[in-house]
Amino acid sequence: MSGTFVGMPAFPKNAAKAVQNSQLRFNLRKATHTIRGKRAAVVGELDDWAELREAGKAIKDHTLRNLDRYLLQMEEKVTEAGGTVHWARDAAEANRIVARLVKETGETEVVKVKSMATMEIGLNEALAEEGIEAFETDLAELIVQLGDDFPSHILVPAIHRNRAEIRELFLKKMAGAPKDLTDEPRALAEAARLYLRQRFLEAKVAISGANFMIAETGTLVVLESEGNGRMCLTLPKTLISVVGIEKLLPAWQDLEVFLQLLPRSSTGERMNPYTSMWTGATEGQEFHLVLLDNGRTSVLADKVGRQALRCIRCSACLNVCPVYERAGGHSYGSVYPGPIGAILTPQLRGMDTPLDRSLPYASSLCGACYEVCPVAIDIPSVLVDLRGKARHPRTEKAGMAAAGWVFNRSKRLAKAQRFGGRMRRLVPKRLPGPLSGWTDTRDLPDIPAESFRDWWVREGGADGRRPAVPPVGNLPQESRKK
Amino acid sequence: MSAAAREVILRRIRSAVEGAPEAEIVRGYRGATGEPGDVELFAERVRDYRAVVHVVPRAEVAATIAEITGGRALAVPEGFPSHWYAPSEGETDGVISTCAVAIAETGTIVLDAGPGQGARAQTLIPDYHLCVVREDQIVPNVPDAIARLDAARPLTWISGPSATSDIELNRVEGVHGPRTLEVVIATG
Amino acid sequence: MRVALFITCVNDTLFPGTGKAAVGLLRRLGVDVEFPLAQTCCGQMHLNTGYRDEAVKLANRFTETFAGYDAVVAPSGSCAAMVREQYPHLDIEDIPKVYDLSEFLVDVLKVTDVGAYFPHKVTYHPTCHSLRGLKVGDRPTDLLKMVRGLELVPLPGAEECCGFGGTFAVKNRDVSAAMCADKIGNVMKTGAEVLCAADNSCLLHIGGTLRRQKSGVRVLHLAEILASTEESAE
Repeated sequence: MSGTFVGMPAFPKNAAKAVQNSQLRFNLRKATHTIRGKRAAVVGELDDWAELREAGKAIKDHTLRNLDRYLLQMEEKVTEAGGTVHWARDAAEANRIVARLVKETGETEVVKVKSMATMEIGLNEALAEEGIEAFETDLAELIVQLGDDFPSHILVPAIHRNRAEIRELFLKKMAGAPKDLTDEPRALAEAARLYLRQRFLEAKVAISGANFMIAETGTLVVLESEGNGRMCLTLPKTLISVVGIEKLLPAWQDLEVFLQLLPRSSTGERMNPYTSMWTGATEGQEFHLVLLDNGRTSVLADKVGRQALRCIRCSACLNVCPVYERAGGHSYGSVYPGPIGAILTPQLRGMDTPLDRSLPYASSLCGACYEVCPVAIDIPSVLVDLRGKARHPRTEKAGMAAAGWVFNRSKRLAKAQRFGGRMRRLVPKRLPGPLSGWTDTRDLPDIPAESFRDWWVREGGADGRRPAVPPVGNLPQESRKK
Repeated sequence: MSAAAREVILRRIRSAVEGAPEAEIVRGYRGATGEPGDVELFAERVRDYRAVVHVVPRAEVAATIAEITGGRALAVPEGFPSHWYAPSEGETDGVISTCAVAIAETGTIVLDAGPGQGARAQTLIPDYHLCVVREDQIVPNVPDAIARLDAARPLTWISGPSATSDIELNRVEGVHGPRTLEVVIATG
Repeated sequence: MRVALFITCVNDTLFPGTGKAAVGLLRRLGVDVEFPLAQTCCGQMHLNTGYRDEAVKLANRFTETFAGYDAVVAPSGSCAAMVREQYPHLDIEDIPKVYDLSEFLVDVLKVTDVGAYFPHKVTYHPTCHSLRGLKVGDRPTDLLKMVRGLELVPLPGAEECCGFGGTFAVKNRDVSAAMCADKIGNVMKTGAEVLCAADNSCLLHIGGTLRRQKSGVRVLHLAEILASTEESAE
């Protein structure tokens, strides 16, 4: 993945900063709640949503199980249709292939359609080293690129910026931006339209990703809103598409499922404004398809984690995630933020850095992400599985071992409870060490003098059997008072 | 280099999925109906995207187009029915086209570069797009559209005018594609 | 029918009142609930923190302890969800039939009016594992609506996580606190005097914050409200 995030601290540290950023919190709250509502409304319109979701999941699982076969079929169909297929094991190889293809055209500038895969491999930076300038054409990507910034959302990468910040940025960095530019979204979009129009008309080479590839027909599919995708895909003489190997679908018919699942989950629309589909070299273009592995095959080898490869990058999980909403996309230190990023990044990059090790813990396991996922990725289960594979801090290991030892014998638990009961007045208001995380913002409960099990036995309840004295007259609503 | 990469990736895949269970695909959702689509629903859904929609009997299409354009020149792709609109002289920043399929449930128009639609760029660069949809081209849902379309042709699915929500999730119509989409539905 | 109470380690140690209330309520409804003393913890904390092997040991211990019971009732949505939803992933066999308290009352005993009396303004937080894990739906609020004297007010943003998440509350203290701040903001909007939930771990977190802020809102487990009667309320 892109080197731009290298050396970032662990998630909790990044998030601690982000939660204090009122502008960010405001932007994210507004944006995620708006899109959440839109998604819920259009998903609610389809009474066969559950069946679509089930089919989407199964189609992806079937594809992944037979990925070798479908990739070969894809290669054959694209080649038949006049395109050229390239295979890239990792980011460096993909970047080398693309740079070579661009150089062969003699061009030093390319236009780009928003693509997660090319962001993941750091293509723009790699091209820059080869003297090739890449121009992002999606409005949000343009904002990120002009600001020398990182994307913070899969669908709306500049979600962390408000209109005033964008206006400032355009005035400072966008050549030819009107001096009297206002911060009206309409005016800002118009400025981007004018800035990019000439570039589109002159561009000879375009680089894209794809939302889907159809093995049966060799077709590529790109969903977008602005029309910059259509511009890039149709106008330049040479088109290079860099696509992760998991983006395959076996049959043309499968699109009937995904063209319903994706727009409704992603932008909360019945359909996104524009979808382009093309097969091989189209309307006189030269077409190259770069099939990208870059860690995907190792994700595929993991029995639990491989379901992350079903992801269609809709970002519905980001928009419902309470952690994402407060921590923001940058805290995840990856082009894939939010719940899906928390399971994808550690699998693609490994868990060797403190940041990557902390990602599986960047969740309260509330399950909202699983519920909205259009391909039913059980994100909480993958998070828990990854936590099991992560290296744990020594003090935590000792604590967990001790807790396990106590819980393994009920007599030990009872003893520990009695000890706690006796010491209850000595418990400090603020706990030391890692446990200070609790008492920073919360009071501890009053520790009861007697545990439930001791009460049960004292009341005459034998093992299993009920107490002789029924617990009537107990004042339940008083029980939490000292 | 690429040949080696190809073999390595295929080998990695095969070893990764070895012993993995096969998934059965159950299509329990509403599939293609083969039935005609609802004109009123289509019109309503296209309007939802803030496009202008006219529903007129087939015999009145030419008159409607004449009224809409008011003598303004539009680019005309090859094969567009000349009895509906004939190319006229003059500067133009608009285009008129037919379509291949339209989807009622989603308010989507699909172009497949067939007669009257032109190459993909023709309906992209102008700021104004007027599209004529025949009633018999309207299908109920997405599966119906997929069943009717030919993957070998370049396809453009259009649902309303170009739009962005990239700034504070405020929807703005018209970024790079046509800022105005107008649709004439020819009934009968 | 042999019914056992799985008190859960948190309730056993910190909230015995919830257990007493559950026993009192079930006895009032004619259920002769038993308490196997060998029980300890379901293993959720270990599993969710990344200690699968310890969790498997505790899960096996759980199934042995409760073998032979027709129903195990737990006054905790997340512990019940652990057994029902996670044990199968741990390849645990012969998993006992576990119910959250509200499920047992509504589905097994088929009662919604448990004869309770609680004259207070209450709002209900559904807790994630009850809501999305067990999918208990409206059962808890159906029960609360039948409590005499109780005024139930809807909680805005009820389905959003409170930010507890077990060790998440400590490992990601800042995000956890930020989530709780919003939850509390919503609780305060209701004007309720009591925040009710079916999970004391979430209430430990929300209640601890409410107390730190001297908010004057108290938290109570569902069992304790349902166990309240006119005599117990004086």
